[in-house]
Amino acid sequence: MLPRLIGLLLTLLAASAVVFFVLEVLPGDPASVMLGTGAQADNLAALRHQMGLDQPAWWRYLAWIGHLATGDFGTSYTYSVPVADLIRERALVSVPLALMAITLSTAIAIPVGVAAAAWRGGPRDLGIMGVTQLGVAMPNFWLGILLILLFAVRLAWFPASGFAGWGAGPLPALRSLLLPALALALPQAAILSRVTRSAVLETLDEDYVRTARAKGLGPAAALWRHAVPNALIPVVTILGLQFSFLLAGTVIIENVFTLPGLGRLMLQAIAQRDLIVVQDLVVLLAASVILVNFAVDFVYLALDPRLRHGGAV
Amino acid sequence: MRGLSVAAALFLLPAMAQAKDTLSVGMVLEPPHLDVTAGAAAAIREVTYANLYEGLTRIDEKGEIRPGLAESWTVSEDGKAYTFKLRAGVLFHDGTPFDCDVVKFSYGRAAAADSVNAQKPLFAAIAKTECPDARTAVVMLSQPTASFLFNMGWADASMISPKSAATNKINPVGTGPFKFKNWAKGDRVELVRNPDYWGEKAKLSAVTFRFIADPTAATAAMLAGDVDAFPQFPAPEALDQFKADKRFTVNVGSTAGKIVMALNESRKPFDDVRVRRALAYAIDRKQYIDGILSGFGQPIGSHYMPGDLGYVDLVGAYPYDPAKARALLAEAGIKPGFTMTITTPPPGYARKGGEVIAALLEQVGITVKLAPMEWAQWLDIVFKQYNYDATLIAHVEPRDLGIYARDSYYFNYKNPEYRAIYDKYLAATDPAAQIALLGQLQRKLSDDEANVFISTLPKIGVWNARLRGMWGNLPVPSNDVTAAHWAE
Repeated sequence: MLPRLIGLLLTLLAASAVVFFVLEVLPGDPASVMLGTGAQADNLAALRHQMGLDQPAWWRYLAWIGHLATGDFGTSYTYSVPVADLIRERALVSVPLALMAITLSTAIAIPVGVAAAAWRGGPRDLGIMGVTQLGVAMPNFWLGILLILLFAVRLAWFPASGFAGWGAGPLPALRSLLLPALALALPQAAILSRVTRSAVLETLDEDYVRTARAKGLGPAAALWRHAVPNALIPVVTILGLQFSFLLAGTVIIENVFTLPGLGRLMLQAIAQRDLIVVQDLVVLLAASVILVNFAVDFVYLALDPRLRHGGAV
Repeated sequence: MRGLSVAAALFLLPAMAQAKDTLSVGMVLEPPHLDVTAGAAAAIREVTYANLYEGLTRIDEKGEIRPGLAESWTVSEDGKAYTFKLRAGVLFHDGTPFDCDVVKFSYGRAAAADSVNAQKPLFAAIAKTECPDARTAVVMLSQPTASFLFNMGWADASMISPKSAATNKINPVGTGPFKFKNWAKGDRVELVRNPDYWGEKAKLSAVTFRFIADPTAATAAMLAGDVDAFPQFPAPEALDQFKADKRFTVNVGSTAGKIVMALNESRKPFDDVRVRRALAYAIDRKQYIDGILSGFGQPIGSHYMPGDLGYVDLVGAYPYDPAKARALLAEAGIKPGFTMTITTPPPGYARKGGEVIAALLEQVGITVKLAPMEWAQWLDIVFKQYNYDATLIAHVEPRDLGIYARDSYYFNYKNPEYRAIYDKYLAATDPAAQIALLGQLQRKLSDDEANVFISTLPKIGVWNARLRGMWGNLPVPSNDVTAAHWAE
């Protein structure tokens, strides 16, 4: 456990150093973005001093990391408010969105994938394969635009963009998150259901399923009790990988739906060279990807008793 | 039963008769913060100018100077002393009374050594501000400045309450007809009517500015009715759809934006006036305007807006003439196959426009490499380091002939003759002489073709057809909604 934890910290430290120095060499200065085309040398210098940008880079890196270690995310250059507050506000949009998307995609993909495997080779299987192939090929932003055109512009069931906020209760907020969550979830569900199908197909051919059938278990019971549980390991692996894609996907989807989430914060911060916000967000995203991989390992343990008892897969 | 439904109808009637009195305005960019005296972002002005903050003078929809917090003024004979009569009974949203001390504070802060005002040069001429009494402000200039009253109408010269100056970025306080209510970052800023406003109260009870960067999302938000107005609509390809729809008005107006191909005159061969003129002859402005601005721009011949004080029509100075362009290039020793790079910032007039310009320049034997850049990069590489050949850019500051007289500016046009005319213009106090000098300045720039002057930047807005009182033009960056209201 301890070596893994140290490895985790070292990964984070490496990520922080990479993002800091990449931003350092990238052309663009937060002060000149702020003052624009009217900027004069003297007021640029005054603003850089105010922002602390006149300090050497290594010193700023150490100060940032030092503060981060104590839980202080620093102050945004552009908004002049604590970055922690910005991230907390935005996480209230992005985290529910990501959770909704992953729940939807799992809830759709696993039954569909298992059903397709059970109907192997039949017309229904072919139909599902066709639809999921389309889903895999469809970029989520395009799906998002189609959903907006149909459900917001044509039918006016949902707002076309924006976030109602949690202040007015959970329903309006969930309503503004449903279309973006669908846009994120459907392409992922397409991939996941294909993975589920092939994983279940593989286990259906295993000896233990044949044994189960031979001792008189019906096809449905053999499927759900023996084939599906054994097929879950690859499904969870893909789910873990998809989580990282989901984080990238929210950047795009939040723009399509104009949601004030972490993805848009990141994009705006890059455009305005709000360096400290970009740095904090990258470290946070790196940490969440690492943590999800960590969590996936625990799920393996829960799914496969052999791993719990120290055996090999 | 019947009695009940009549009662219900009576109860409902007043609610139904009440006209809509709120407005939702779409904007592409979100302001980085809301302190108009500490940032250049147009988005800050588009939320706050005239709505929340006010200055001594203000600029109206036509680009003319109007009284703001000063109800009148007089200018001394030598043009160096401006005496402003300040309005009585003006309160900031934080309760601070507005008086001459506030003027002194606001101008002093903008001109101070540690000022972070994005338009600090506007205040350079101010020597000091004196307060003979609370309602009189005498601003003394070190030299006559012809554009002073106009300059003090810019957002950057807004009056700031000393009490809240430090916190305006997140909790802006001004004297305007709307006051700040809430900013859901990444989504919207909400303003509400200021019941204590000194002048005519706003007709709308609340205004929400929504930030929608994606052109497709902007179109959808308008069509779905999520926003009532998009004063600078980002999806020109969707305009026909809105024009055909009776629910919407499409408004084409002007901005103070001049689209130019700026040339780095500290680099060869752009220091050669023959090369600059050749580039001007090589560019078909009509093709650019039709292709990039949906035909809505006006060609320009100098760095000045048609209709502004003292405008001279120089559009015909360099008609489209590729043969002449080739001849001039040959004369300047430029061989066919000469390669230049045009850097293009994100807006369509530059990104897409660059491709039109490149194709036109290819026809006179110049190979163009396009270098797309995001804003932060452009500001650093082009604007700060002067490390570029040419760039497409719209200068949106109004009446900014002064940038060609600066010691150091990114296109490096350093011309003592121009400078001399500009100094004469600044010192001129007689309006007729000012107009004559403005004409000379425009002619000089056109003659030298300091940059290649292409077109005005149109303002294309889409809004609900029942909405009245929106600005059709955009002489300064703003969304002045102080007169906006809904038709019955």
